Amino acid sequence: MPDVVVIGAGAVGAACAYYAARAGLDVVVVDRGPVAGGTTGAGEGNVLVSDKEPGPELDLALLSNGLWRDLAEHDGFEFEPKGGLVVAESGGVLDVLIALAAKQGVEHAVVPPEGLADYEPHLAKGLAGGVFYPQDAQVQPMLAAARLIQRGAERFGRGTLMLRTGVTVTGFVRDGSRVTGVMTDHGDILADAVVNAAGTWGGEIAAMAGVHVPVLPRRGFILVTEPMDEVLIRHKVYTAAYVTNVASDSEGLETSAVVEATASGPVLIGASRERVGFDRRISVPVLERLARQAVALFPVLAERRVIRAYCGFRPYCPDHLPVIGEDPRAPGLHHACGHEGAGIGLAPATGHLIAQTLTGVQPDLALRPFRPDRFEEARS
Amino acid sequence: MSHVHDLAVIGAGPAGVAGALSASLTGLDVVLIDAAPRPGGQYFRHLPEGFHARRPGALHHGLDRFTRQWEALGERATVLLGHRVWAVERADETITVRCLEGDREERPRTVTARRLLIATGAHDRPLPFPGWDLPGVLTAGGAQALLKGNLVVAGRRVVVAGTGPFLLPVAAGLADAGADVRGVYEANGRFGLARHPLLAAGKAGEALGYGVSLARHRVPYHGRQAVIEAHGEGALTHVTVAKLDAAWRPVATRTVECDTLAYGYGFVPQLELPVQLGCATRADADGSPVVDVDAGARTSVPGVYAAGESTGVGGAVLAEVEGRVAGRTVAADLGRRVRPLPVLSRRRERLSAFARALLEAYPVRPGWQGWLRRDTLICRCEEVPLSAVREAQELGATDARSIKLLARPGMGWCQGRMCGYAVACLAGENPLAPRRPIAQPVRLGDLAALNLSPLEG
Amino acid sequence: MKQPYSLVRARPEPEFEISVDGAPVPVIPGQTIGAALHGAGVRTWRTTRIDGRPRGLFCGIGVCFDCLVTVNGSPSLRACLTEARPGDRVSTGREAGPGRPEDGPGGEAGGGSAGEPGREPGGKAGGEVHGEPGDGWNQGPRDGRGTVNGR
Repeated sequence: MPDVVVIGAGAVGAACAYYAARAGLDVVVVDRGPVAGGTTGAGEGNVLVSDKEPGPELDLALLSNGLWRDLAEHDGFEFEPKGGLVVAESGGVLDVLIALAAKQGVEHAVVPPEGLADYEPHLAKGLAGGVFYPQDAQVQPMLAAARLIQRGAERFGRGTLMLRTGVTVTGFVRDGSRVTGVMTDHGDILADAVVNAAGTWGGEIAAMAGVHVPVLPRRGFILVTEPMDEVLIRHKVYTAAYVTNVASDSEGLETSAVVEATASGPVLIGASRERVGFDRRISVPVLERLARQAVALFPVLAERRVIRAYCGFRPYCPDHLPVIGEDPRAPGLHHACGHEGAGIGLAPATGHLIAQTLTGVQPDLALRPFRPDRFEEARS
Repeated sequence: MSHVHDLAVIGAGPAGVAGALSASLTGLDVVLIDAAPRPGGQYFRHLPEGFHARRPGALHHGLDRFTRQWEALGERATVLLGHRVWAVERADETITVRCLEGDREERPRTVTARRLLIATGAHDRPLPFPGWDLPGVLTAGGAQALLKGNLVVAGRRVVVAGTGPFLLPVAAGLADAGADVRGVYEANGRFGLARHPLLAAGKAGEALGYGVSLARHRVPYHGRQAVIEAHGEGALTHVTVAKLDAAWRPVATRTVECDTLAYGYGFVPQLELPVQLGCATRADADGSPVVDVDAGARTSVPGVYAAGESTGVGGAVLAEVEGRVAGRTVAADLGRRVRPLPVLSRRRERLSAFARALLEAYPVRPGWQGWLRRDTLICRCEEVPLSAVREAQELGATDARSIKLLARPGMGWCQGRMCGYAVACLAGENPLAPRRPIAQPVRLGDLAALNLSPLEG
Repeated sequence: MKQPYSLVRARPEPEFEISVDGAPVPVIPGQTIGAALHGAGVRTWRTTRIDGRPRGLFCGIGVCFDCLVTVNGSPSLRACLTEARPGDRVSTGREAGPGRPEDGPGGEAGGGSAGEPGREPGGKAGGEVHGEPGDGWNQGPRDGRGTVNGR
């Protein structure tokens, strides 16, 4: 019988498993699909501090950023510490950006308009300036999740970390209100604790334990260009609307420009946000917007071709903070989901904090802002 | 608001032309769209005007009949050649077809219609094997396109290999055109011309014609043999041919010198447009996904119809019949009076049954995976060797999609058209219908200027 | 090769020329750039991004994207789908030119790469012949590998 069952073999589940195993626990990771079969497989691999609100979100991001660097030193997940350049189209927006950077207290450099070309020679003229965040980085998300699990299994001894793909959780084993294991289509797995790292489906998993965790999908599209034979874009580049976009609550389509090159060749272009449930159908108007924004930032991209487009479903909670920690309504069940577009970046910190709570160690960050039952208070 | 046609037909091969003609004969406003500059699809390749061919039918069976249909169509329908379709969308009462016009200009164009008939055909299915990316190795369809569309003979000393009745016309065409065809290597059992499935379809003339060509040019036809390796330094110089057992494992090998290999293991229906619309697919006799249609050629999505190879590989004659059925169904669904034609349905059933039998007679057997070496490329575009696929599987990529995300086969320009079947086999799965929201590469500048998005960007 | 022309009784219009990396290549009006190149003996005109493997036509019908060329400054066009026009300037992005087009196959764009990594050098299959006398077969599976679905 393992100490922990982790539900979900995406980036967050992999990190939870890795750090739990490192802390000496026996872990089984289950996923109804393959590794990174959910949102992790659709992600860009952002590891950002630049777009985080000061407060618990930023604290989590800073902790995670450092942990990613530790992991990458030994493991290499195509970790690119390329830095992020947030650009402003107008002076007003630049002022907001600079103020935010000051509040964040994160390493950054204010870039005047004439300095932008030093960072990005192909950037369009006429922008008002920007802020450069050297700590922003990139990983290959699928590789990261898969390698975390693999390295965890290799490093911490046989039998300490086991992956079981193609196993669907159908319910929980209870002892009173306590969760003592999972029921699956391949039999029950008993454990001292269960971690819900099911991402966009975290709410469904929570419901099986009779607790309400409001994780909903927020659809995003990504355009993928032809593979480039030269590096046209050196850093992550995005417009400031990316910052305000995430926090918006409006129903309809929101887009901001996010453009970056990848180690494997193509340029990735995002970002859109919509609340349309799990609708996978293509929306050409959204693709048009993403293309228009990308070309406005980098006119050199106009002649390049889009060869692929796909969507993913970010898991988001109403207050745009993830859910991390043990559920007082179902002791033994720990949640680690709802990371809304930041799951890859926040995965190591989440895993680390979960491992601490699992082993009774005081967590390095206060988990109160992330408590799973915080939405009950809002409702009552 | 742009003009809304009654019916848009995508694909000007046998199915699309027959479907468009049948519909237009009932008075419907029809627009026919095709990427190529001339009609015919893969099967009927009209030579360019500049050749002034006075006997074009010598390269094709049934060309004259197709030409008559085409000419009749031109008088009563809108024809948009040179239009590549990259996306289709459905909203309420209309279907929007997004195209790029001009083989190099790629100007964005939009066509709208109440109904859509998809007749996008199929492309060759190549299997990876050691040396398949050597210059001189082509698909059978590629050799055919060179000859029939350009009067270019693919090579001087040519080996034709793979499986399926298509190898015969490819080899015969090359031999008639003056190539030294070293042999035809059919991986499945040998039928001999007397029992060749083409004869069963009453296509005696056609089969005998190929047989006579091959005999006249002394081209040997070998069953249960395959090309399992291609050799050469920067260009093909010879191939290893193997005798196969029933599971396609090599039991004996020899060398055949050649400078060109034209090969193919059946066909892959082009499904990206039906999948974009959400049409249900089913598994064809060989496990490949095809569009699921009813007896009237309707797909599972209201207003969308499909005919030809995309509903199941079955050849040009079946495709034409399916096209006719589809065109008449669209007309009936739009309220036109259409006489029932039971003979057409019976013909379709008979040809479908024959097509299924053919597919079952020429399966791809799993032994081909044993021909691979660890450094054999599985994905040509991203240069992914077999070893990388196996590594991905060891990392927990248990299905084709995960293998693609981890090791990148199918992430390149062709988006898995060439390697998708092979990756599915290596993953131990049946191939899935591909999801390609961008069916043809589109310039970012063109995508940015479509003028659809209501808000200012 | 003129034989296919007599098959269809073609009397093609006079050839025109396009330039490929500066070298002239003949075209019958209506032929694609890819067909013209292949027919002129130029079988590769591109190298792959990662290992520099030579590529030209493979599928011939526009689905494999191996045959990409730049025409009059427009990049990434499929040569097999692009009809040649008089005066077209085709560039392949390779440093060496396509070499002198030869009659028939075997001519390849200049600077073709040496044997690809991991591939056995060319040469006839050797070894003893164990098959039926005189039929030239080497008996036995090629390498004893042949695992199906092997992982």
